[in-house]
Amino acid sequence: MEKEDMKIVIVGHVDHGKSTLIGRLFFDTDSLPKEKKREIESICKDKGKDVEFAFVMDHLEEERDQGITIDTAQTFFKTKKRNYVIIDAPGHKEFLKNMITGASQAEVAILIVDGHEGVQEQTRRHAYILSFLGIEQVIVVINKMDLVEYSEEIFENVKEKLLSFLKKINIKSSYVIPISSKQGDNVSKKSKSIDWYKGKTILESLDTFYKQEASNNKPLRFPVQDVYKIDDKRITVGKVESGMLEVGEEIVFLPTKKKTKIKSIEVFEKKKGKAESGESVGITTTESIFIERGEIVCKASESVKLSDEFKAEVFCMSKKPIKTNEEITLRCTTQEVKCSIKRVLRKINSSTLKIINEDVNELKETETGEVIIKTKKPVVIEKFKEIPELGRFVFVRNSNTVAGGIVREVI
Amino acid sequence: MNHLEKLENQSIYIIREAYKQFKDIALLWSIGKDSTTLLWLCRKAFYGKIPFPVIHIDTGFKFPEMYKFRDEWAKKLGLNLIVGKNQKALDKGITCCMDDQMTCCKYLKTEALKQIIEKHKFKALIVGIRRDEHGVRAKERYFSPRDEEFKWNYKDQPPELWDQFKSKGKEDDHLRIHPLLHWTELDIWRYIRKENIPTNKLYFAKNGKRYRSLGCTRATVAVNSKADTVDKVIKEIKTTKTAERSGRAQDKEKAYIMQKLRSLGYM
Repeated sequence: MEKEDMKIVIVGHVDHGKSTLIGRLFFDTDSLPKEKKREIESICKDKGKDVEFAFVMDHLEEERDQGITIDTAQTFFKTKKRNYVIIDAPGHKEFLKNMITGASQAEVAILIVDGHEGVQEQTRRHAYILSFLGIEQVIVVINKMDLVEYSEEIFENVKEKLLSFLKKINIKSSYVIPISSKQGDNVSKKSKSIDWYKGKTILESLDTFYKQEASNNKPLRFPVQDVYKIDDKRITVGKVESGMLEVGEEIVFLPTKKKTKIKSIEVFEKKKGKAESGESVGITTTESIFIERGEIVCKASESVKLSDEFKAEVFCMSKKPIKTNEEITLRCTTQEVKCSIKRVLRKINSSTLKIINEDVNELKETETGEVIIKTKKPVVIEKFKEIPELGRFVFVRNSNTVAGGIVREVI
Repeated sequence: MNHLEKLENQSIYIIREAYKQFKDIALLWSIGKDSTTLLWLCRKAFYGKIPFPVIHIDTGFKFPEMYKFRDEWAKKLGLNLIVGKNQKALDKGITCCMDDQMTCCKYLKTEALKQIIEKHKFKALIVGIRRDEHGVRAKERYFSPRDEEFKWNYKDQPPELWDQFKSKGKEDDHLRIHPLLHWTELDIWRYIRKENIPTNKLYFAKNGKRYRSLGCTRATVAVNSKADTVDKVIKEIKTTKTAERSGRAQDKEKAYIMQKLRSLGYM
């Protein structure tokens, strides 16, 4: 039997022990290839250091020398229940866009805090990004308990501070676990040194998490990716983002409002009657109509709102600020339109959550704004809570992604 | 959808995104199992006929079985095959593994590819690398820009979220596109079994040895194995503790050689 995969991102402040925890997870689940072990040992020896688990993940030369993670990376380990793909995200502020890249692919998250240092700037910022990205299954681990003599008091203290912050950003953490990655306490084995903690280890906690189900029961959204002419057929290809495609269904292309019926669902050398969300397929229609990339196929029987104005939360990842009324490209699924931020309602520091009152007509790097966006042409956009796939977008400037956004309210 | 179907659908989406953005695009086919799987996915994405060329970079030192496999399948699948060879370097006497791995990989692979890109003015290349192959590859993006020197600036990579991929900027020479990034070695073999994808016989054990990863004859070592069928290969990989590319010299000669090679434009 094939085991399922689950993607975890490990986030937290720099030096709070993300890479070491990952090394420990590999080591304890016996997921390290022999060569890798040897390679790590020989590099550590060259550098005159003891073997460090962190080197499992930090592969780039600079990362090894400075002992910090620059970019996001992925590796794999197994438990009895499933295979885990670990996304290691850098803790440094300057690598935030890499952290977001990593975290945006995750289904669950481990937020790591150094028990000795407590909650720091990037602890809060990373937690905020988890909440922004809509990651709901979160484990909090309080690390380096060996450095604080496994003190329950210190643990409770850090835990309380962190939980009160997480509450503000609507993260309900399922587990808060005292660990030491270096010594192996409560990672895969229950700790003997932390006898006051009766809860689950990290691995036990992970195995209780569930997989997100496909959005088959939601309204149909099939964004057109491209149109191919294959022999004498015109095939409109794309990925079903939500709902299901079905042969015979009456559909409407938005925003052009062209109506027709699905004649066939096309995948190579196969005929299909239905396609579920997540599938990359093609359709042919009963009427031959001119369709372009960026239109959204919806069910004709369902009313779908076209909007050119909406409220969103935008996270800026660009060194150059994004100003109000600046023309910028918005991409949501295959839709691409020019737009601008009409107004910044409120902007906050993504780490302290404090409201920023200076330069309120622009968003600077790492700032988050609650903004009103006006698009030049109408788009099919949804509240993130209702259809997440159509409720998130990016801003593109000069072919670079400069911000990510979540739709809060369609106006 | 099961696990393999999810992987397949995501890869097809990426391949179609790449072709939508770039008409001057090509697929790099090393004749190995990964890029042959990728070839298979490209056929599926375009309903049987791949609308762009397929490039094989020939160092001149590949296994005879690989050339045979290449020509046979290029014909069967009706591929528009371009073979890239740095003849000048070969004429000068540069051979595989002459002194160190950096030199021959640089001239016979990277330079050969540069010549092909320049000649055909390709703006994007589809490449079959996977995150689980090597630590450095784990850091890649699906759409990864390269400058005119082919350099990969791994310190400043573009953000990539929610299937929104980078488009080509003025400063980028070309983009590398990696539709198999999220697959593992085991996924590849299971997919090969499911789809009955043709694979080179070098991957299967003969006299107690097989190749797990294929490169140049002198830089690739066979591993001890009794796996002579796809089923047995899958069983072997499930339990092995040996790294996939353990038979490949460029991965271990010096600690950072793969990182250096990649940042210089190696695949």
